[in-house]
Amino acid sequence: MKVLTERMEAHRTDSHTMERYEATGGYSAMRKGLLDIGAEAIAAEVKASNIRGRGGANFPAGVKWGFLAPAKPAYLVINGDESEPGTFKDRQLLERDPHQLIEGVILTSFALGINHAFIYIRGEYPKPARRVQHAVDAAYEKGYVGKDILGTGFDLDITVHLGAGAYICGEESALLNSLEGRRGEPRLKPPFPAVAGLYAKPTIVNNVETISNVPWIINNGGIAYASIGPDTSAGTRMISLSGHINNPGNYEIVMGMTWRELIYELGGGIPDGRELKAWIPGGSSAPWFVPEEHLDTPVTIDDVGKHGSMMGSGAIIIMDDSTDLIAAAHRIVRFYAHESCGQCTPCREGTSWMERIFNRIISGQGRMADIDLLLDVCDGISPGLTWPPAMTTICPLGPSATAPVVSLMRYFRDEVEARIGGEVAVG
Amino acid sequence: MRDVVLSAEETEAINAWSAESQGLAREILGKYPEKRSAVMPLLYVSMIENRYVTNEGMKVVSILTGLTAAQVQAVASFYSMYKREELGDYLVSVCTSISCFLRGADDVLAAVEDESGVPDGETGGEGKFSVEHIECNGACGGAPVVLVNYEMIEGVTPDKARELVKWLRDGGPDVVNTEEMQQLFGGERAFDWGIKELEGAILPIPAFGPYGSVKGTS
Repeated sequence: MKVLTERMEAHRTDSHTMERYEATGGYSAMRKGLLDIGAEAIAAEVKASNIRGRGGANFPAGVKWGFLAPAKPAYLVINGDESEPGTFKDRQLLERDPHQLIEGVILTSFALGINHAFIYIRGEYPKPARRVQHAVDAAYEKGYVGKDILGTGFDLDITVHLGAGAYICGEESALLNSLEGRRGEPRLKPPFPAVAGLYAKPTIVNNVETISNVPWIINNGGIAYASIGPDTSAGTRMISLSGHINNPGNYEIVMGMTWRELIYELGGGIPDGRELKAWIPGGSSAPWFVPEEHLDTPVTIDDVGKHGSMMGSGAIIIMDDSTDLIAAAHRIVRFYAHESCGQCTPCREGTSWMERIFNRIISGQGRMADIDLLLDVCDGISPGLTWPPAMTTICPLGPSATAPVVSLMRYFRDEVEARIGGEVAVG
Repeated sequence: MRDVVLSAEETEAINAWSAESQGLAREILGKYPEKRSAVMPLLYVSMIENRYVTNEGMKVVSILTGLTAAQVQAVASFYSMYKREELGDYLVSVCTSISCFLRGADDVLAAVEDESGVPDGETGGEGKFSVEHIECNGACGGAPVVLVNYEMIEGVTPDKARELVKWLRDGGPDVVNTEEMQQLFGGERAFDWGIKELEGAILPIPAFGPYGSVKGTS
């Protein structure tokens, strides 16, 4: 079952063009939505689809739309700042089928009474951004974007905006600050963007993948979408598979298979006859899973959550038994230390001190007390070390940095102790 | 999209830029309901003008967006792609985040540093190269990943990284293009990318039409 990738798989050389998009049924959902069923019905179908946001938080998109305050103007912002380590699905959607996203933007904007939408793409994605801009230009030429679309009196402008290298701008309120020409620092909530977002006006922020599903939902109905996959993980979803795996890449899957099936059948197993040691089920912010406990856990949002982790952005990172997990945890912590915006002390200081403690351990100068020290810093950022994490910070970036550290100590503490004690502990 | 009328002060400020950049700046300002939103795009345009983010460039941007110079500097200093000093012709960025790390990215970075003679975070090679390690660039299925002026090459080995540096040093292209470099120096990709496009970057700035930083045809 494919919702998002059927066209790009069938037409590998030109799935991004207006010609191919229209020749394969593209922009029919726009006509159905704008001319036949109308704004309220579009919103109702998306709500009925039970689609949950694909950016990482997995919040039901239809419910989010329902929070949009009535004040005008309102804005739609598409989050294409894909930066969670391990995640590269939106890159494929932006580059291979930009019109699918644009049609989703038109439908969403029409449904919510929005006349200006922004597509925020990370600065390191110039090629996807070029493709999206070409597609937006083509949609303007056709009259699908601009003034009086299809003679309905509905106006819509779409602005493509590039970021400039800041992971934190993937957090929706930081993204809005960035789009306003400010530092990408997350805002305190409430108020939520649906009430006071861009320029303090009502704003819906949705992920690229989420909105790319909207044309299919309007063509086929929300109920049809909801009937795909398990009840609370409706629809297909893009996953990004990377690390020590035979078949890395993006896959559009129906959730519900086990991790064993995903890793060994879909992913083709571990290269070079090696064994699986650990994996990250939903981007670098997610607590790790291990084969002894989690191989038969179903790949659904709820099952992964019940086992103390998250599907997050759908990025699955596989680590085999040759992996130096201390170095792997250090690498992830270093990422958060670099990307912390600096507003909140527990995150700014905690992530950078954790990086330095890891540096000490890796350089052979580690102390046994460093293990508890690391966990104590984690507890300062995220009291109780539970998942979903408690927070002492405005946004989840700091608590995300605790996930690799707590996972390392929970499952592989003996390796850390052996390393500090001077023994070699690498597979 | 709206037409932009500039004040006398704004007109005087923008006259520091080329006619092409002036046209781009007007179009950019017309794409946002509030002009302060144009800060990030205009900083990129200023980099086309000055090769990096200069005090003069930030001053022009501040006048065009109605902000203080300090507010513009606050933005420029927050984002890692707004470089505050002149870079080499080719910015070689090696991703060393978790997925690339697992696939040997540290050896790729070491090969780039050794072959270019430029350490991570510095510019050298008689102004030819800047070298940096970067955080995740969203092509983890094609790890390890190297960018030249933000145009990506996937599946790069240390040996291929050395060949890339030699190729850039012994001439190197005027327009840096993903497809050409992928053919010459790349390996397995995260996914099949489709047709060969010849658009690319002319400077260490993301190549994007509305910012005037792209050359070649699609």
